[in-house]
Amino acid sequence: MSSDPFFDEMWGTSQSLRDPYATFHQWFDAEDPARLRAKQREAEDLFRLTGITFNVYGRAEAEERLIPFDIIPRILSGNEWYKLSRGIEQRVRAINAFLHDIYHKQEIVKAGRLPAEMIARNEAFLPHMIGVEPPGGVYTHIVGIDVVRTGPGDFFVLEDNARTPSGVSYMLENRETMLQMFPELFSRNRVQPVQNYPTNLRRSLAACAPEITKDAPVVAVLTPGIYNSAYFEHAFLADQMGVELVEGNDLRVVDGRVAMRTTRGYTPIDVLYRRVDDDFLDPLNFNPDSQLGVAGIMDVYRAGGITIANAPGTGIADDKAIYSYMPDIVEFYTGEQPLLPNVPTWRCSDADDLAYVREHLAELVVKEVHGSGGYGMLVGPAASKKEIADFAKKLDAKPSNYIAQPTLSLSTVPTFTAKGLSPRHVDLRPFVLVNPDGIQITPGGLTRVALKKGSLVVNSSQGGGTKDTWVLED
Amino acid sequence: MLGKTANGLFWLFRYLERAENTARLIETGQRIALTRLGDSASEWRSVLQSAGVWPAFEAAKGEVTKEAAINWLLRDRGNSSSVYSCICAARQNARLVRTALTGDMWEAINSAYMNAQENLGRQVAERDLPGCLRTLRQNTSLVRGMTHGTMLRGERYDFARLGTFLERADNTARILDVKYYVLLPSARAVGSALDNVQWETILRSVAARGGFRMEYGADSGPRDITHFLILDQRLPRSLAFCAAQLQENLRSLNAGNAHPSDAMKKLDFINRKYLAHEVDAIFDYGLHEYITEIIALLADLAQEIEREYRFYE
Repeated sequence: MSSDPFFDEMWGTSQSLRDPYATFHQWFDAEDPARLRAKQREAEDLFRLTGITFNVYGRAEAEERLIPFDIIPRILSGNEWYKLSRGIEQRVRAINAFLHDIYHKQEIVKAGRLPAEMIARNEAFLPHMIGVEPPGGVYTHIVGIDVVRTGPGDFFVLEDNARTPSGVSYMLENRETMLQMFPELFSRNRVQPVQNYPTNLRRSLAACAPEITKDAPVVAVLTPGIYNSAYFEHAFLADQMGVELVEGNDLRVVDGRVAMRTTRGYTPIDVLYRRVDDDFLDPLNFNPDSQLGVAGIMDVYRAGGITIANAPGTGIADDKAIYSYMPDIVEFYTGEQPLLPNVPTWRCSDADDLAYVREHLAELVVKEVHGSGGYGMLVGPAASKKEIADFAKKLDAKPSNYIAQPTLSLSTVPTFTAKGLSPRHVDLRPFVLVNPDGIQITPGGLTRVALKKGSLVVNSSQGGGTKDTWVLED
Repeated sequence: MLGKTANGLFWLFRYLERAENTARLIETGQRIALTRLGDSASEWRSVLQSAGVWPAFEAAKGEVTKEAAINWLLRDRGNSSSVYSCICAARQNARLVRTALTGDMWEAINSAYMNAQENLGRQVAERDLPGCLRTLRQNTSLVRGMTHGTMLRGERYDFARLGTFLERADNTARILDVKYYVLLPSARAVGSALDNVQWETILRSVAARGGFRMEYGADSGPRDITHFLILDQRLPRSLAFCAAQLQENLRSLNAGNAHPSDAMKKLDFINRKYLAHEVDAIFDYGLHEYITEIIALLADLAQEIEREYRFYE
């Protein structure tokens, strides 16, 4: 519809085909919809067979679910990607500098650019990390930056994921599936590859090994276990990197190193890519009830005996209250203007902002500062009066727990539905690797798509799906 | 390699082997029931005993009927050794050790699981039973084939094989344990119709009927069957064959060590004391005691492997 206010990545706002989609469009027009429907089913079978499922918490094994996959790719031009990736790189550099600063001299606070209580009172701030120098100076070895788009050149960062960003296995398997199903599309388009990610990840992690490392660094992936919702991804990454997948009960501290129990005794680990939250990492230093971590790993870490990726305490950088200061943070540490803007954000801890948010709840998206997965948030325009009134009570009870943002006109990408191609809203999570030699961003990332017509919530826990994301070589 | 991974591979292959053996026991039981040559209830009872699930069945179900026995053996999740439970457990172990499997192996296991979910997730009608068991056998064979064809020959492979052959030896020994009385020399040299059915049952349970007739001739009797199942190195389900495979994989795991591992010593003892004799010596010793002792020693060997290769601690 011409009155549609949303920017469609294939058709723009004026129904004229955009360049990156030209070849795809030609192909699609010549395709038989019945064949495509069969392909869509084939894709699901492939996913099921390879076991790319996520577990639903607290359910039996029969409850492994597929994240719906849409066979229509999302396509970005090389130039669009170049601009976007420069902005992401700048932001990730700033995040690492910020983390180093707040766990050392806190110059940003001294300079008056960030209120002291944003750190002191922040639940994600980890006092154990004060003065700790992580190997190679890297805090966030793996970052996922969630980006949304509202126009041809208008990208915004919606969220930084600096703890343990997930979803990269979907990026890789989506591509694998597309290559199997539509080889002809890849012959006609020059799509930049994503398949090097596991190799790059292993090299990047190895490059962050502590000085104590002898020979080739031993890397391992730490998973909470087979019942974790992202277990598939943990196993997938360990497998693709060719490293061991360990759980807390495989590990113990031996002679000042964290070591894994092998069939021939204990072997020290140099770099641990942990997919376990800070809280559960070390029952001696954090949550004493944790069965998922390793008793004493924090002491080994502080003594330089192991690299933990991402470093403990990085959560403070993706905290949603800190998010609103990101433009200042980028400027403070890089001396440059941010290349990628934030979404305008009201901090409900601030009295004026809170007053505005209270007045405009029906127009805004309100999120918990520490929330994720699309839980505990209010989408004003989609909420009932009662939902809004209920949410207002929660907001008043603990304003500092919330931020608010305008409802964005997220871009749409054509998606395969029963009625043919229909526009659906998307976001994008590019994956970034950081090591002492630099920053690498895999071209593309994970596109999440809200499959329900008109919906703006892309989270898989809320009915979202995924798409293969192409960056063309221009 | 992680002790946990060794454990997972070991049990993955134990469960697959158990699923396949139980499926074969069901087929054999069903065949006897259909040919109506034996007393059906007592045959099903001995099938349940061979599968090692009799006490649990008796406690849960009580009366033995064909339907109850088949359901318990085939798909009851209350029976941790039912075919369906074994396939689920195998797949759960496969997820646990996903990094130690090739993609082909994982897909074969996962599709075995998906087929089992579809076929065994609900009541199986009698007419569907043969097809259902055939699919299952083909699925587990595919896993074995993918393992053979794609897995690196190393530590991981050794643990997979140890699980397979310990389970298989145990299964064969249990079949003998339950049916030993029909093999005793006091039974007539030329069997009655009933004896013949019993012998046939044993051979079918280890998928060895054809090979046996071919090699031992038409007049062969219980002494030959006993020899075949215990001592014949050519039969992939005989105790001697399984022991030889176990020895090969234990040796390979111990490569580079000057001294034999404790597990090797235990296996060596089984070989010397139980598998280095003529079949008559076994009858002289007492077939039942002989089998009972072997079952206990195999369990002890499995525990030694768990301990020595740090499966749990």
